[in-house]
Amino acid sequence: MTSTGPGSSRGPAKPVPGARTAAMAPASLSAEDVQDILRLLDTLPFDELTLETSHFTLRLQRAADGGWAQETHVPSRPVATGSAAPVQPAPPTEPAPPTEPAPPTEPAPPTGPLPAAAPTPAGTGPERDLREVRAPLPGTFYRAPQPGAPPYVDVGSLVAPDTVVAIIETMKLMNPVYAGTAGTVSEICLDDGQFAEQDAVLMRVSERAR
Amino acid sequence: MLHHVLVANRGEIAARVVRTCQRLGIEAILAASDADLDSLPARLADRTTRIGPAPPAASYLNVDAVVAAATAAGADAVHPGYGFLAENPRLARACDAAGLVFIGPSAAQLETAGDKLAARAQAAAAGLPVLPGGEVGDAVEAEGLAREIGWPVLIKAVGGGGGRGLRPVHTAAELAAAAGQATAEARAAFGDPRIYLERFLTRARHVEVQLLGDGERIIHLGDRDCSLQRRYQKVVEEAPAPRLDPGLRAAMHDAAVAFGSRLRYRGLGTVEFLADSGAAGGGVFYFLEINARIQVEHPVTEAVTGLDLVAEQIAVAEGRPLRLAQDEVTPAGHAIECRINAEDWREGVPSPGTITRAVFPAGPGIRVDTGVQAGSVVPPHYDSLLAKLIVHGPDRASAVGGLRRALDRCEIGGVATNLPLHSGLASDPAFAAGGVGTDFLDLFLGRAMTGTGTGSAGSPPQPGMETARG
Repeated sequence: MTSTGPGSSRGPAKPVPGARTAAMAPASLSAEDVQDILRLLDTLPFDELTLETSHFTLRLQRAADGGWAQETHVPSRPVATGSAAPVQPAPPTEPAPPTEPAPPTEPAPPTGPLPAAAPTPAGTGPERDLREVRAPLPGTFYRAPQPGAPPYVDVGSLVAPDTVVAIIETMKLMNPVYAGTAGTVSEICLDDGQFAEQDAVLMRVSERAR
Repeated sequence: MLHHVLVANRGEIAARVVRTCQRLGIEAILAASDADLDSLPARLADRTTRIGPAPPAASYLNVDAVVAAATAAGADAVHPGYGFLAENPRLARACDAAGLVFIGPSAAQLETAGDKLAARAQAAAAGLPVLPGGEVGDAVEAEGLAREIGWPVLIKAVGGGGGRGLRPVHTAAELAAAAGQATAEARAAFGDPRIYLERFLTRARHVEVQLLGDGERIIHLGDRDCSLQRRYQKVVEEAPAPRLDPGLRAAMHDAAVAFGSRLRYRGLGTVEFLADSGAAGGGVFYFLEINARIQVEHPVTEAVTGLDLVAEQIAVAEGRPLRLAQDEVTPAGHAIECRINAEDWREGVPSPGTITRAVFPAGPGIRVDTGVQAGSVVPPHYDSLLAKLIVHGPDRASAVGGLRRALDRCEIGGVATNLPLHSGLASDPAFAAGGVGTDFLDLFLGRAMTGTGTGSAGSPPQPGMETARG
């Protein structure tokens, strides 16, 4: 199978035989290919089709409204090339665990639902009044609104619950991190620009006595 | 003739470019960061090469890494996709120096397009209407100019673009502080502190014209409407722009071609306009910016024209003259695209994670471009676009109806998505009527979130600030 399909609009630009690599089977089907299959399927009394090749699996299912839904899966591993570093990532990620977040850099609370960005009590004893400020999302930790600008807070800064103490950049969006408690910043746990996993401890705030 | 193309991008556009390369018999080599080595595009590509760690600055934004990867992999060209280095003249020059073909405009054209004031000046020189405004050096100048052009005004970064570096100002009292902040942000984000002011049209429509040029001849491939925006980011796009006065449409096409001709533009590009329809038909339009790359929303143009725009980009990059004359471009029907993002639809909070299920609609008139499948990881380092659903119908009403049904068959598990927003829009009477302005989506979201059926005009809460970093 060559990769120049019937839908090619190359016009006069015919591939020179042997010049462009032939024998590159596409790893999945185009929308046009799928529509051709559906046209055939619509003449048959079936509501589901699973097509399995060495490159991909295509599952077509008729929905309640008569329309079709598709699920494509490409199981093959990427082919590594021309780089000093190996392409293959460490452990295979498939089948993927349902929704486990990546392990946080700091030990997260053992069980239960993920806490929000709200600060959580840290330790006992003399440090009982220390509250942790955690990352609400995984992302890049920034201490200032822009590079070169003064940081939102330093160790020793007084904060109120709604004081913005940092930014977490996730998916190109800047998300403010609030102190969540009134007190004094006693520790900043990450460097500016460092990546923070979800719920990673960003800062500790010494709570003001009530 | 190109034989081996390095695709220097990720996500759905990487998969999209890989597909056309393979269809043309060109080997597609994907440049991937550590976060994307096992991604769907990496599996679809003929080969994958690592270009660096996950943070974009160390990989997809690293000119030296991209050029080194292309050379090491034996590529003869680089396709930059959109975003990242797509409009970076340094990459175009570095490719040139390394004997690689950059699939895009010339470095000089990228420089003009990237300097928003230079582009504005070129547009004005080509006879295009520009919004009242201009460069301002300090707060005093800004206030003088704002008084002249009238409120509200939009402060823009000269090095910005693509919806970044924008700041609306409604009163003189806010202006000095806003200008100062905008200057500081622009210096930090774009390495260029210059800002300019333009009159802010709050209710206009965003209409853009697709250009294709070979450096000698230039044609347009019709228009698109991208008025549905959130924080200046497009959410739904369509082609052609609905309910546009025919005279206004033709004038915008001509203006875009005139601008492209003046630049002797080579490659695929988009001229963005704000259009303000008059109450009694007609209307006015203003030049916004030129985007010197393939755009996210290019599939709606492909749907109505029947063209493969990536194939046209490659043909031009191979040094071929345009394969089409203007009268051979005959758009048919209507196409709408939804950007399906990994984000909570109400607040727009991003939702990285692992995709557990990815079911998309299929059938006549339906196209899905995606970079994910079940098991894919959605990393926190990049934008939230998961997939684009494009529905094409013989007219707009059938496209909207088809979109509504197609959305019902979309199912994405493992991360939050904005699918509910799209379903809500597809059922909205104002959207169904067509021709809404750029203020529509915020109003829609405000209504949807307060649960009131009628016009609460308050802005929805905005927990995420518009990104101001590169």
